[in-house]
Amino acid sequence: MTTSEVAPERVQIPLPAESLSEERIRYLEGLVSQARTAAAVFTQYTQEDVDRIVKAMVLAGLEQAQHLARLAVEETKLGVMEDKVLKNMCATEFTYNYIKDKRTVGIIREFPERNLVEVADPIGVIFSLTPITNPTSTVLFKCIMAIKTRNAVIFSPHPNAWRCCSEAVKIMYESALKHGAPEGVFSCLESHTLQDNAYLMRHKDVGLIDATGGPGAVKAAYSSGKPALGVGPGNTPVYLEKTADVSTAVVDIIVSKTFDNGTICASEQTVVIDDEIYDVVLKKFAELGTHICNEKETELLARTVIDPKTGCMQPMAVGQKATDIARLIGLSVKPGTKLLIAPIQGVGREYPLSVEKLFPVLAVYRAKSVDEALKVCIDVNHAGGLGHTAVVFSRNDEVIRKFGEVMNAGRIIVNSPGSIGALGAVYNDLVPTFSFGCGTGGGNSTTDNVNIYHYLNIKRVARRTQAHMWFRVPNQIYFNLNAVENVRQFLSRSTIIVTNPSMEQIGHVDLVRRNIPEGTRVHVSVIPDAEPEVKVIMQGVEALNFYKADQIIALGGGSVIDAAKIMKLKYESPEADLEELAAPFLDLRKRVIQYPIEKVNRVRLIAISTTSGTGSEVTPFAVLTDKERGRKVTLADYSLTPDVAIVDPQFVMSMPKGLTADTGIDCLTHALEAAVSTYASSYTDCNAMQAIRMAFKYLPIAYEHPRDEEARCMMHNAACIAAMAFANASVGVNHALAHAFGAHFGVAHGRANALMLPHVIAYNAAVPTKFVPSPYQKGYIAHKKYATVADLLGLGGHTIEEKVRNLVVATEQLLDQLGFPRSIADLGISKEEFERAMPELTKLAFDDPSWRSNPRMPLMSELADLFWKAYGGRGLAKAASAFQQQNA
Amino acid sequence: MATIAVWLKIDEERVVQALQEAGEKLDSVEGEVALDFSSVRRIDPSAIRALEEFASIADDKGVKVVLRGVNVGVYRVLKLVKLASRFSFVN
Repeated sequence: MTTSEVAPERVQIPLPAESLSEERIRYLEGLVSQARTAAAVFTQYTQEDVDRIVKAMVLAGLEQAQHLARLAVEETKLGVMEDKVLKNMCATEFTYNYIKDKRTVGIIREFPERNLVEVADPIGVIFSLTPITNPTSTVLFKCIMAIKTRNAVIFSPHPNAWRCCSEAVKIMYESALKHGAPEGVFSCLESHTLQDNAYLMRHKDVGLIDATGGPGAVKAAYSSGKPALGVGPGNTPVYLEKTADVSTAVVDIIVSKTFDNGTICASEQTVVIDDEIYDVVLKKFAELGTHICNEKETELLARTVIDPKTGCMQPMAVGQKATDIARLIGLSVKPGTKLLIAPIQGVGREYPLSVEKLFPVLAVYRAKSVDEALKVCIDVNHAGGLGHTAVVFSRNDEVIRKFGEVMNAGRIIVNSPGSIGALGAVYNDLVPTFSFGCGTGGGNSTTDNVNIYHYLNIKRVARRTQAHMWFRVPNQIYFNLNAVENVRQFLSRSTIIVTNPSMEQIGHVDLVRRNIPEGTRVHVSVIPDAEPEVKVIMQGVEALNFYKADQIIALGGGSVIDAAKIMKLKYESPEADLEELAAPFLDLRKRVIQYPIEKVNRVRLIAISTTSGTGSEVTPFAVLTDKERGRKVTLADYSLTPDVAIVDPQFVMSMPKGLTADTGIDCLTHALEAAVSTYASSYTDCNAMQAIRMAFKYLPIAYEHPRDEEARCMMHNAACIAAMAFANASVGVNHALAHAFGAHFGVAHGRANALMLPHVIAYNAAVPTKFVPSPYQKGYIAHKKYATVADLLGLGGHTIEEKVRNLVVATEQLLDQLGFPRSIADLGISKEEFERAMPELTKLAFDDPSWRSNPRMPLMSELADLFWKAYGGRGLAKAASAFQQQNA
Repeated sequence: MATIAVWLKIDEERVVQALQEAGEKLDSVEGEVALDFSSVRRIDPSAIRALEEFASIADDKGVKVVLRGVNVGVYRVLKLVKLASRFSFVN
């Protein structure tokens, strides 16, 4: 419990050892050593052991409640004996009731669904300061908490409450010892000084300081550099609002403010009463044995019970009866008067009675409005009571809510007595305590009612969780020759075909149109054959709106399908902000920006791919060009995935050789990167591996014999299957390098991929300089995955190293077969030009999100190295030897 | 290889006495003394004091003390009271 008896600025923290005699230091060291041993021994105790001891202590405390209360009143001359008995009983029985079933040893909580276990560990030695206002109850409370949590405590009671406190410690210690607690678990400083406290507060073997005392003690605790539980001073404002039950409120306030003569720091200090009920409330107070001071009497009180120099309450009044205070200051009141009520007109130094008064003197203020009342309560709260307690009496939920919002108090007590309410477990469900945390407002580390959990180190044992994974693709995929006929089954009132000019010219649009059910209104939206621009997208959205489309058929390569995905997004959710949706993210499921769920329109997207590479018909990605800002925007969300994919090889039979090679290598790169991705799963592996096998087998045939139906069909399927893998496992550093290089030098994507591919395989298969954190995989397996690929391709090799090397060689051979330039130098880019571009290239590649799922985290220097390898990297020998070198 | 001159089994019920007796035998020990703690589940403050005294006597006589079969709980206690560094441990 905290009081304002000593102003913080008056407290000096003495240097620890310098002013202590050697004998005194030996004495203090002995106490710590004994406590340390007890605490160490205590770590061996079980929950059953401590619960047995706690129960015995609680019963001993209850038995001695009256004895200790009498001692406390006799020694401190503060408070009311009968109330102190109740406090002692609360400190034992109510605390016990709260803690009896709580686990404080070993595993205390388990969260199986989160693979998380909380394990309690004792702190060790606690140095505890206890106050004069609630001396024995605080000691009882802290002893019980300490045993429940297996800690040892050295007590330093307030000097004017030493006898009663040391008696309380003795009662608790004897009972604990008798029931098996370790010897030395409690001790009490004999006749101590501030130097003793300072020494112990800074002792290396003291784990925690629990300072329930005046601001000086609290400040000393927090200044010691040790973990500390300090509590702040109070100045409890009470708002008695006009809808309140006045009779109950007045009794509650009297009960609380007179309890132990107002020594509980959570007790009411200033009651702000609505104008409409002010007179009724005061009349009620008067009827129930309080004295309402007139102006002169208020002035007398302010002058006498508050120190005019410091503005703090006078110690002579603390914990005294109202009648005694009246007698002391020469105020005439009726015998039996419980409380002195002093009307005040404001808060602050000019109104001395607006501060904390730990005696039965209560200030009252008449407020003209809710607004004024709340402001005065805030003023009282800020006049020395920040973080502590505030009380409101009202039946108006809105007033209670507002009061709770604007008060800076750890405890907002509603329609009940402040002091007993704050103690918890009597009028409400607050945790029972004798130490009120006041948060940062009160200079404390917690706003809680201090309890057993503050006496524990709670450790979290976090087991590795099975990472949630996914496999999301369109729910309908139609493939093989004439798959386009499946368009017939999709009924639509209004369909827009999004395509580009070449598709119209070669008759693909007509082919699709022929398969759309009769009666469907069909419109064709032709967009340029390039990455879509925002302007183009918005024109498409206008068309969708104009024709009230319920179906989009995207017919084209990646750019057309991407455009259609974004048109769908903007048509269904016009408010979607493309710029915002393109915000960077690390994990798709934890991203900050969420794609819209609310949809104004609903439209089906059927994607018909006319190239065998991007696989956009099954992926959740879309790229558009923002010409105004001169950059590309990549959108990624599974809501972008088309509803239906049609993979019909008749749309790719006329692809030129160069495009066949470029898109085919894009497909192979997708599959190889998905196979070794840190997001790879069994679901993506089967797709990736199959796509690799198909690409190695059929790409050279499709390239050499473009009219070979089977090869075309297999490559078209391979592109889609590879895309299903990378749509869920993502790609890797090859794509990051290719994006950067392609963008800077204007090289086609597939070609850029091809230049990097052998070098990236060798790079990824080597032991990484830096591993990538990946909850989805166990260990580093990229090299093994490549070896599996080599096995699937029948490349031979006995060891993983041999197999990887054979894969690199096979990739090189494939690239040769497809007539790719085999080095960047072959593209006519000079070494000097490439060197100049290198800083930009590495920056772009590192900024590219593609490598986030790469099995090896690329350092900037490694990216540069890979670029240089690609620059001069012609030939099998170089790539193979680079791999060998890295492994060496 | 050190020679184990004394091997003493410590009974949980009488740790303090056993350590006192062991202390008395230290005069005749050269090199090393092994105390078997495998049947000690818990130790209390008096046992810690006795161990502390025993370690001091052994130090004075230049005898190395090996504690055998100390369980994890007791080992933790010895670490917490900073006594563990004064002994060697074998399982």
